[in-house]
Amino acid sequence: MSNFTLKKISRRAFFKKTGIAGGGLILAYSIPSIAKDGQPLVESSELNAFIQIREDGKILIYSGSPEMGQGIKTSLPMIVAEELGAKWSDVIVEQTPEVDTEKYGRQSTGGSYTLYRNWNLMREMGATAREMLLGAGALIMEVPKSELEAAESQIRHRRTNKSFSFAQLAGLAQRQPIPEKDSLVFKAREDYRILGTSKSQVDSLEIVTGVGDYGIDTKVPEMLFGCYEKCDAVGGKIVSANIDAVKELPGVVDAYIVKGNGKPNELMDGVGIVGTSTWSVFKAREKLEVVWDESLASKASWSDFESFAQTVKKEDSEDKINIGDIESSIGNSENTVLESFYEYPYVSHLCLEPMNCTAHFTKGESADKDHLEIWLPTQNGPRFQQFAESFYGLKKDQLTIHIKRMGGSFGRRNTNDYVSEAIELSKRSGKPVKLTWSREDSMKGDFFREGGFNKIRGVLDPEGKLVGWDEHLIRADYPGKPGFLTGPWPSAFPFNSIENVRASLSTFRLDTPTGAWRAPYSNTHAFVSQSFIHELASKAGRDHLEFLLEILGEPRWLAPGQVNALNTERAIGVLNRVAKESGLSKRPLDQGRGLGLAFYFCHAAHVAEVADVSISKNQEVTVHKITAAVDVGPIINMSGALNQVEGSIMDGLSTMIGQKITMENGRIQETNLDQYPVLRINSAPEIDVHFIQSDYDPTGLGEPALPPLAPAVANAIFAATGSRVRKMPLNELGYRV
Amino acid sequence: MPKYSFSVNGSKQTVEAEAEMPLLWVLRDLLGLTGSKFGCGIGQCGACTIHLNGEPMRSCLLPVADAAGQNIATIEGLATKKSLHKVQEAWISEDVAQCGYCQAGQIMSAVALLEKNSDPTDEDIDSAMAGNYCRCGTYIRIRKAIHSAAKATSIDQLAREA
Repeated sequence: MSNFTLKKISRRAFFKKTGIAGGGLILAYSIPSIAKDGQPLVESSELNAFIQIREDGKILIYSGSPEMGQGIKTSLPMIVAEELGAKWSDVIVEQTPEVDTEKYGRQSTGGSYTLYRNWNLMREMGATAREMLLGAGALIMEVPKSELEAAESQIRHRRTNKSFSFAQLAGLAQRQPIPEKDSLVFKAREDYRILGTSKSQVDSLEIVTGVGDYGIDTKVPEMLFGCYEKCDAVGGKIVSANIDAVKELPGVVDAYIVKGNGKPNELMDGVGIVGTSTWSVFKAREKLEVVWDESLASKASWSDFESFAQTVKKEDSEDKINIGDIESSIGNSENTVLESFYEYPYVSHLCLEPMNCTAHFTKGESADKDHLEIWLPTQNGPRFQQFAESFYGLKKDQLTIHIKRMGGSFGRRNTNDYVSEAIELSKRSGKPVKLTWSREDSMKGDFFREGGFNKIRGVLDPEGKLVGWDEHLIRADYPGKPGFLTGPWPSAFPFNSIENVRASLSTFRLDTPTGAWRAPYSNTHAFVSQSFIHELASKAGRDHLEFLLEILGEPRWLAPGQVNALNTERAIGVLNRVAKESGLSKRPLDQGRGLGLAFYFCHAAHVAEVADVSISKNQEVTVHKITAAVDVGPIINMSGALNQVEGSIMDGLSTMIGQKITMENGRIQETNLDQYPVLRINSAPEIDVHFIQSDYDPTGLGEPALPPLAPAVANAIFAATGSRVRKMPLNELGYRV
Repeated sequence: MPKYSFSVNGSKQTVEAEAEMPLLWVLRDLLGLTGSKFGCGIGQCGACTIHLNGEPMRSCLLPVADAAGQNIATIEGLATKKSLHKVQEAWISEDVAQCGYCQAGQIMSAVALLEKNSDPTDEDIDSAMAGNYCRCGTYIRIRKAIHSAAKATSIDQLAREA
């Protein structure tokens, strides 16, 4: 042991020394004094960028991905702890203290891919630190490393049962060679002690005691409170405002006219007010009189879009997918063609925590000395860094970014609109400013889940087999719209599983911003396609499950190794499982009660759901139970995984029952919960979830259990009543919950 | 500006505020108690639920003038120095929260329910909790946690009575 003379080495020196800095696996370093014969260390030891072992035995693990309720702050550290051999109760989790993708990897979250994309990195981090602790143990116990094991935050010698705690070994462990990435051996699933168990999320205590640190709870000395008024029709330019009068109102410190760049996801024209409380600026805002130039502002109209959808001709649409020969399939007189028209509305993200951001801009002697400290609720810190540079000329070293826990996001907090407004108010007032949007701001200024229409034809051959699919998708478009939102997606089920497929697109100019909303595209395409497949099965007089299994065909992975590609073996697995667990074909049901099935594949997840629904004579809907079968590979946190599936199902139901955003003359018509019904506890169904823990890499669950919900319920309503649901929300068809 | 005094979690507070300023903003912005959350501002979501003299109340609609002289309890005052409230414990062990933003309000409503009804049925829970919206859809776990808190409370009582 005396061979090891320890001294503090800076991170930079360590990097130079080791040359290890690739693929996000950057081993940071700092040296505490060494443990001697079991004496505790005097300070914490950082084994790599994600892991610090403290002298009191606590193990700090950083979570690099923002937390918005998807549970990633618990599940990623569980992976690290598993490979490390830590005892979960010794683990403390903190959000990474800075945004540095070279050090921490992606640091963004979305698309339910955070888990999948971090799975190997987290295992590498845990296993690397474990190997270094084992190496330290071998030196201290003077035994071969191979005779040691890491478990329960201890390095134990199997034969003699002698052990040293991680804390005792941490200092020495830092001096061990960093194992080559290729040499790491990950634990076998049967040896897992943490993964697959249920852990309450790491912030539970803070949440239940009211000290959970959401962006909206940010407190900074000298902080002012702010709000920001924009034109109700997106794109309205400010002409004038009575800010002098507003400045005189109680609790108001100042008010400003702000010119934006005309991009809704960056900064729009508006009036900012700062004051001594959120309420005082909200109150002052009621007295604000703004003259807007709306000549170039949105004139978006849902009713115009509806009319367009009724009249637009397929011949005028543009083919996006064309496989086989759909015309011959339709033209074959032996085949049967079924046609339907589906409709689904715009919906809001409705994050319960309204949009907010706290910014403190300090002016330097020159522009390159300016500094911005920001408390940022976002799914994507690195994207904000890019924006800060492109929009404000602020480089990384001029930014201090605190990523805040989010009260829901569902895809919403990916833009920089609410962020730039806070920065503008701080720049002008010279103070830290917490900007808070009202509920109305949050609903009017949303980037909505887009609504649309599908005219769809299915072709059945004489044996009742689905041989053709011809879909005419009618969607909105506007300048700057992200292309992926529109569809059709060629990789979507069932486009990828039918002989003759055509999907074409017509677009209607509608200047209402849209964005990613939990399971983009899939959240509406599943409703259309999986309801229509049920229509076709019924038309053919065939069992829905058997019809679906026939479409899926032989067990195969459409693109082997590609997690985003449908694997029909897994699809068949979840379908058979959900049928069995729900008693799909067996259970005798009362009059007015029905079971409905739906399958969907998205976000690398195979999910099948069965809804058990009753409809009373006066069209009152009772959803008794949803049974779900899910294959996302091995489960990381069982409690978290169940919570995501349960939540996605509740979200899908809440959305389909009564939610609809409409717009007229560019103005959003539904602006608070009194105009936008949400699912309450008294309508919450029982949910029964079954995971098929296959051996594929684990993938995420924030989204994929939502898309099958709506078609499962729609198909159950048909089973119960014989009435088809081809339109959401249900309350527009006279159903009541 | 007028001054108002009231008790928050057992300690007297005096604030200078306009009479109509909702208690929610007094708590959050003037007193720094940010556990009670702003969700809708129209009393529809329940994220701002506090207790006024033991009754659950939407603090976003309660003018500070009406709170003067009253006893207010917020989520921050629920646990004692020694231990969490049974409802908080149940919320952790059932891992209720997802984003967690509504849960302070949910817990305040649940505590008020259990104070009146120590063994509520699912229907009792649904009716007492219908004013608290959860965007993440954690309702099944909320029901479970209330039942398990009720059980824990009755075990406590039995222990005391014995």
